[in-house]
Amino acid sequence: MNAMTNAFTHRDHPVLRVSGLTKRYGDRIAVEDAAFEVYPGEVLAVVGESGSGKSTLLNCVSAQLKPDAGRVEFLTRHEGMVEIFAMSESQRRFIARTDWGFVHQNAEDGLRMHVSAGANVGERLMALGQRHYGELRREAVDWLSRVEVDATRIDDLPASFSGGMRQRLQIARNLVTRPRLIFMDEPTSGLDVSVQARLLDLLRTLTRGLSLSAIIVTHDLAVARLLAHRMLVMKNGRIVETGLTDQVLDDPQHPYTQLLVSSVLQP
Amino acid sequence: MNSASIQINNLSKTFVLHNQGGAELPVLDGASLTVMPGECVVLDGPSGAGKSTLLKCVYGTYRASAGEILVTTRQATVDITTARDQEVLRLRRDTIAYVSQFLRVIPRVPAIDVVAESVLGDIPHDEDSLKRARFEAQHLLLRLRIPQRLWHVPPATFSGGEQQRVNIARSFVRPLPVMLLDEPTASLDAENRTTVIAMIREARDQGAAILGIFHDEATRNAVASRVINMAEFQ
Ligand SMILES: Nc1ncnc2c1ncn2[C@@H]1O[C@H](COP(=O)(O)OP(=O)(O)OP(=O)(O)O)[C@@H](O)[C@H]1O
Ligand SMILES: [Mg+2]
Repeated sequence: MNAMTNAFTHRDHPVLRVSGLTKRYGDRIAVEDAAFEVYPGEVLAVVGESGSGKSTLLNCVSAQLKPDAGRVEFLTRHEGMVEIFAMSESQRRFIARTDWGFVHQNAEDGLRMHVSAGANVGERLMALGQRHYGELRREAVDWLSRVEVDATRIDDLPASFSGGMRQRLQIARNLVTRPRLIFMDEPTSGLDVSVQARLLDLLRTLTRGLSLSAIIVTHDLAVARLLAHRMLVMKNGRIVETGLTDQVLDDPQHPYTQLLVSSVLQP
Repeated sequence: MNSASIQINNLSKTFVLHNQGGAELPVLDGASLTVMPGECVVLDGPSGAGKSTLLKCVYGTYRASAGEILVTTRQATVDITTARDQEVLRLRRDTIAYVSQFLRVIPRVPAIDVVAESVLGDIPHDEDSLKRARFEAQHLLLRLRIPQRLWHVPPATFSGGEQQRVNIARSFVRPLPVMLLDEPTASLDAENRTTVIAMIREARDQGAAILGIFHDEATRNAVASRVINMAEFQ
């Protein structure tokens, strides 16, 4: 049977369900009462101005930050929907290492800068118990070529890589365990436009080819247009509008979304 | 091809421009029409009459202000105006296509793969099925006279007419049961327009339900089974 028809990848059942999620920093509300779902194979873009709570929301739903209220449920491989903050610490860490991926804005935050590119790619596999050196090396070569990093650079440190290469290495390091959900915070900002285009094309190919779900935080509406099936628009910690990407960009309903869309050239 | 039909009941669309003091722009008021499988219904009316707006409401890009847009397939009838996002995405994968004269280019993807991707759809695939899809894509590119030297080049640098033809190739390589055509032949040369007309008629003969906009009268006469004047809907 085709893996796509397995219950846990069935398109009609969400892989992630967020409800009533609130996070405060002292008196300041960073995210208020957020609710949304992500389906298998779906790319969801979170947009909004800086300070609107996008990264806080992403960090809460990826369990890097504990929310003050609300639920985040993830579709586990064997136990159905499980609330991630109700899991044991070790179960949560296991899921984060196998079923999830994190692509940070600064590649240095997502890579281990003092070990080789190959070791960066192999690390998550080793954490899963894979010890066979030849096998690890073969996987590393395979993934470096998939993200278009010259495989002869396998023993080099990421410090010697360009910004675009580091970002692609970070993606390889995350995808090697075939995660089902990947969290990305401004993955293309800080890169040259031509380098961005290459990375976006790569992300698009990988999310399609692997039927991967993704939540991508971006301030760039053109990135959302290119990659995302659906969008959330945030303002002052609240989700003010959600919908299909073309709906939100071409027929925005909320005053804030209309302002956001009209202030850029043809996203 | 599976068949499907469209039934629009009392569709209204008013744009509210919040940053223009909440100005209201009524575009459609009580539009009703039906398109059956094998029919090509053409919308007629002056610029600004709301023809494109109506097509975009059917595709779900614009949110209806009132009314129903029922799409009936063999499986079910779905009202686009109230369907969940996932339901609309599913219909866009297997039932409804929207074709304009503009190709939204994807950086770095060569023309042949832009077309092949629409054969494969949004699901994982292997090398073999990619090869077969490229074969089908070639056939369409040839038919639309895209020079072979351009097949492996991303369309970003193509001329307007070449991009337009790539866009038509990707939409007609696997015609869906419902085709929404927003002036797909605008500014094509006579020879290519004749080819596209033939492709639209073939899709119609295979049972596609087509709702389209064609400014050129000769094209309209060649494809339309019925013409509806937008003046009825304002
Ligand atoms: N997203 C939008 N936001 C606000 N107003 C819009 C939007 N889309 C269309 N309109 C307005 O709706 C009206 C109808 O536009 P539409 O594009 O549907 O006309 P049309 O009949 O297709 O014209 P043409 O023949 O020139 O293509 C116009 O006044 C247009 O400015
Ligand atoms: Mg129009």
